[in-house]
Amino acid sequence: MARKTINVDYLARVEGEGGVRITFEDRTVRNVELRIFEPPRFFEAFLRGRDYTEAPDVTARICGICPVAYQMSAVHAMEDALGVTVSAPVRELRRLLYCGEWIESHVLHIYMLHAPDFLGYQGAIELAKDHGDVVRQGLELKKVGNEILELLGGRAIHPVNVRVGGFYRTPSRRELRPLAERLRHARDMAQATVRFVSGFDFPDCERDYEFVALGAAGEYPFNAGHVVSNKGLDITPQEYDAHFEESHVKRSNALHSHLRGRPYLTGPIARYSLNSNLLSPLAREAAKEAGLGPTCDNPFRSIVVRAVEVLYACDEALRIIDAYQEPEHPHLDLSPRAGVGYACTEAPRGMLYHRYRLDADGSILDAKIVPPTSQNQPSIEDDLKNFAADWLDMPEEALRVRCEQAVRNHDPCISCATHFLKLEVVRG
Amino acid sequence: MAERLVLGIGNPDRGDDAVGRLIARSLRMRVPADVRISEHDGEATALVGELQSARHAWLIDAARSGARPGTIHRIDCSNAELAVPLGTLSSHGFGVAEAIALARALEVLPLQCIVYAVEAADFTSCTGLSREVMQAMEAVAERILAEL
Repeated sequence: MARKTINVDYLARVEGEGGVRITFEDRTVRNVELRIFEPPRFFEAFLRGRDYTEAPDVTARICGICPVAYQMSAVHAMEDALGVTVSAPVRELRRLLYCGEWIESHVLHIYMLHAPDFLGYQGAIELAKDHGDVVRQGLELKKVGNEILELLGGRAIHPVNVRVGGFYRTPSRRELRPLAERLRHARDMAQATVRFVSGFDFPDCERDYEFVALGAAGEYPFNAGHVVSNKGLDITPQEYDAHFEESHVKRSNALHSHLRGRPYLTGPIARYSLNSNLLSPLAREAAKEAGLGPTCDNPFRSIVVRAVEVLYACDEALRIIDAYQEPEHPHLDLSPRAGVGYACTEAPRGMLYHRYRLDADGSILDAKIVPPTSQNQPSIEDDLKNFAADWLDMPEEALRVRCEQAVRNHDPCISCATHFLKLEVVRG
Repeated sequence: MAERLVLGIGNPDRGDDAVGRLIARSLRMRVPADVRISEHDGEATALVGELQSARHAWLIDAARSGARPGTIHRIDCSNAELAVPLGTLSSHGFGVAEAIALARALEVLPLQCIVYAVEAADFTSCTGLSREVMQAMEAVAERILAEL
């Protein structure tokens, strides 16, 4: 065998425009190029000169599927710059908002984008023709995530109720009560989802990743904690720039990110592997029954971890609603000051870093946003470099699909990353 | 279940993408009492939920097929797929066409499902409607009223 190329011009079932080209030579993978050709969107430049109060609404527009993480990273970074800390009930409401986003985003990925790979369907529409009940369950479960966002965020896409220092309006206990009813039903569906996806066939693909996620916060991470890894990293978000660097590679309109020169992985299996002991008892038990250990090194099992995280999000949302006391003030009254603010939070598909420098009048002097897909690009390429040679005897179409599936394991969001996919396989 | 649904779809902050929502709003006071008027961001999975709530549905969105701006497309999707590219919002490749196909696969597509799409000129953030699209609005409203 000389040389063979597999080329996926446009990756399907990912957000945004990208492709993959894999070159094989003498039964080894010679090169993998994850190409992101969606044009850069220059959100950081767009933020310059704007008032710090505008950042949550502007950054929420970076992504239609994970706007909460964007606006939360923005508000946390601004609050860091202004030296303020929100009240405990506001912090709990923010966690509830994250629960909504994780349910919505993970369920979309599990049922509509990733399950068709495991069940041999081209997509969710073809899956729905044969397995209507499965897709209906996904739609129903996702809807509960939307309902959390609508109630707390004001609307399901690009929520508008979040502001630096808190919320424009906080719900009463009474307003949250119907949501609790819905969440109890969602929790049952989430348990069924874990059982459903744990029955898929998973290729035997494990890697020694450096996992990076928020941790050491005494809670399964959404929006607090240190940036930690399984190889000894333990830093505050304020120290992020001293350890992580971004570089431009010609094939991608999204910057590649490395941890002191090393690729690393962020996202559900990183988060789970670093924090599985902090899941709720119900989610821990479901993970165990689904065959997961305390860590997960097989990216194809990320769909199981996502399902466990959905179950956790339902459980955590119910805990928050049950204990909720409406804050005395929905938000802090803030005064601008010069300073630099940093924040890392956990978007469904991985850790998201924001840094802002503010002038004395509160205007944004510069902004830096590092989305999870930027951080995961080198690891996605490394997955294919490590795994794809074993798949070379597959028929061409099956090989192409498997390579695409390997990319989808990480639920890349190209639109976020360009603030990303097309698959090209070269066999040699 | 609402027998009849008029659904304006789009992103209100992305130029001509707001046209569907604006036409739906303009119909609020002009339609028979049994007609439900609603607005939607176009996210496919949630849109399936809206579609399954009606027996007859008229969807209004912006189009980007390459036709002259302001051109009005009428597509009967009751028994056929939607072939005209719509709007700006399509999360993970899931937009209005996928919502209609998914609703059909799940056997919850309204018996009658008509899409009116106005060819857009500009999807720039935070701008109003283009002149061509604005001029087409009333004609779309009147055509839907006539069908109702």
